[in-house]
Amino acid sequence: MVQVVMSGNHASSYAAKLARVQVIAAYPITPQTTIVEKLATFVASGELPAQYIKVESEHSALQACIGAAALGARTFTATSSQGLLLMHELLHWASGARAPIVMGVVNRAVAPPWSLGTDHTDTMSQRDTGWIQFYAESNQEVLDTTLIAYRLAEDPDVRLPVMVAEDAFYLSHTVEPVDVPSQDDVDRFLPPLARAFAVRPGETQRYGSFVGPELYMEFRYQVAKAMKRAAHVRPQVEEEYRRITGRHHGGSLAAYRVDDADAVLITMGTASTTARSVVDTLRARGKKIGLAKLRLFRPFPVDKVCELAATVGRIGVMDRCYTYGAAGPAYAEVVAALFGGLHRPIVRNFIAGLGGRDVTPEAIEEMYESLLKDRGPEVEWVGLKRRKGVTTHG
Amino acid sequence: MTSYETEEDLPDAPIASEPTDSIKTASWRTFRPVIKLEKCTKCNVCWKFCPDVAIEINEEGWPVVLLDYCKGCGICAEECKPLAIEMVKEEG
Amino acid sequence: MARLTIPAEELMRPGHSACPGCGATLVMRYLLKGLGPNTIVTVPACCWTVIGTSFPTTALSVPMIDCAFEATGASVSGLRAAADALGLTDVTIVGFAGDGGTADIGLQALSGMLERRTDAIYLMYDNEAYMNTGNQRSGSTPLGAWTTTTPVDAGSRGKLESKKDMMAIVAAHRPAYAATVNIAFPEDFVRKVEKAKRITGSRFFHALAPCPPGWRYSAEKTIALGRLATDVNVFPLYEVVDGRYRITRKLGRVKSVAEYLKAQGRFSHLTENEIAAIQSEVDAKWKRLLELEALG
Repeated sequence: MVQVVMSGNHASSYAAKLARVQVIAAYPITPQTTIVEKLATFVASGELPAQYIKVESEHSALQACIGAAALGARTFTATSSQGLLLMHELLHWASGARAPIVMGVVNRAVAPPWSLGTDHTDTMSQRDTGWIQFYAESNQEVLDTTLIAYRLAEDPDVRLPVMVAEDAFYLSHTVEPVDVPSQDDVDRFLPPLARAFAVRPGETQRYGSFVGPELYMEFRYQVAKAMKRAAHVRPQVEEEYRRITGRHHGGSLAAYRVDDADAVLITMGTASTTARSVVDTLRARGKKIGLAKLRLFRPFPVDKVCELAATVGRIGVMDRCYTYGAAGPAYAEVVAALFGGLHRPIVRNFIAGLGGRDVTPEAIEEMYESLLKDRGPEVEWVGLKRRKGVTTHG
Repeated sequence: MTSYETEEDLPDAPIASEPTDSIKTASWRTFRPVIKLEKCTKCNVCWKFCPDVAIEINEEGWPVVLLDYCKGCGICAEECKPLAIEMVKEEG
Repeated sequence: MARLTIPAEELMRPGHSACPGCGATLVMRYLLKGLGPNTIVTVPACCWTVIGTSFPTTALSVPMIDCAFEATGASVSGLRAAADALGLTDVTIVGFAGDGGTADIGLQALSGMLERRTDAIYLMYDNEAYMNTGNQRSGSTPLGAWTTTTPVDAGSRGKLESKKDMMAIVAAHRPAYAATVNIAFPEDFVRKVEKAKRITGSRFFHALAPCPPGWRYSAEKTIALGRLATDVNVFPLYEVVDGRYRITRKLGRVKSVAEYLKAQGRFSHLTENEIAAIQSEVDAKWKRLLELEALG
């Protein structure tokens, strides 16, 4: 194991290299570009003996990976924002085809207007596509989670594609020290992809097929079951990763100082780091607050959310995106998870940080203050610049 | 052929692996080719141009129509130079 | 007893769902006879998606990988990369797409595949419209043809634009090999496929696939009509090897395009003037092809 100061993007590239990916197909888009550029240097130098397809669009990138996965190759791609949206059709295809593709996504806002800033709209819009979804908080997490993603994706009980999201610029382009596991450690953790399910030349097999109403539901139910099994396989995989590397990132919903908390904020991505320091600040002032970092969005950790609700009376969910005509998607999923459960805390939605807007400690303090009040709006856009009635700093 | 009725019957991924030989497309046709072997020159053109792979050349070199599959398109009759194939209406 | 003039082995099965007299099935049949069993075919949304039959059956004895409509070229590149990574060096990867999935929605992906010099074959089977969805016009629909989106009425005379020249577009990418093939000439078809199989690099085929319901003619005429298309120079047979054009079938006397047009209901509305315009276009393109061949 070696410690290297690197960006979140390079953490993604190093993970793909350590995973011994065999086929890479990617198209550049800011701020993902340094992922694919680093991989190109690995391939050019011979360090990574992979086939690197310089596809002419993101849609083609994912189609190429699906084809490669059909033959049993380990694949990788990465994208962001518009690129992910362009791939959308094929995201459905990848999960339906049970292709164990791993994709790095640098969370970036979607146009119009054009924005390069971080925002979760891109990956959140894909929550219906049958992909396992992780949100990373640090560059270390990007690397570790990408390796975990391969193990999880390729598990015979799962066989679903996995995306690992990282915030644009805060992670993608900011360097941090990252512990890089040795190739031996990774090889112990991640065996070569078993080609048991691959299509083989000479066989009578049609991969994809078409079907009428009489069997389509049943095919799709299989994907649903695989996602359910993923919820059970993931903790085992992450335990094993901890045994080999000593690192564990808190599971699906990583709790911090929630045990006697009156209010807990649920955050995703880099906002969690800021929120954690605010928890310490406000705790020092006597406020009983905590944080739960939502790290796994799909499959959604219903049980962990319900566990949190058992002891916490006020939960604020911070979404770095918004579902127009509804509310923040993470908020909606938390509420849905709690609805059938025993406990009904107050749940409020904070929309913040869209398009790269900095989520400052002050903004998070405001969220906690708002959460601790008796009443408040169900959905609050934090830091929104309005002429009248500015509700928070931002 | 395996029967696929319930979710448990399905393969792990959407992969079809039964050859279409089990599907008899005979019912599609209105006309059936009848090969008059006395006119046939064994040129194999009918076998060559059949879109349904529904004509076989047997061990003696004669073309044989696979009536399980023939859709009655009439290409064989049309292309047969010695006019050895006639399209005959199916009864019923 | 005549020897078989094309390989005997059948890699396409009977029992498929194609219309009686379908040209697209013979395209697949001859392609696979030329390539043999060590082949993987990737097919986007097109007639062959349905011809291949629904789950649990498949009409091919070789693997068929379905892909998204726009993305055949990318699917080919991905399969080739995986085959190379996994040491499956002998397998031939083929993209098999319709004119819609190639000339229109799939053009970008094909261009990418060719520009990357993916070592594979791409075959466009051309029934000259979006036939799988019921005969809507494509970029490959010829001038004057009736389709459901280019109907014939007071203000509409069928397709107003000329057919997209896919061979020219492909040739501009300088592939290792490109050729037109016609199901009416199976020996030429298979010979070109066998030749292409031995070449490394990107190889492209433009295959004419007459379509009885779409072109409005009686099913038994599929081969005759295909033959006529070449004999009137509407679909000349030629190959392009390293940028050099070679016409593979020339006739002493070329028939008039009117004979070809009048054999199809989709052209039945054409006036003598419109037919003459089409004849001029055919003549100009043929002349151009001869010039390209002469360039050597």
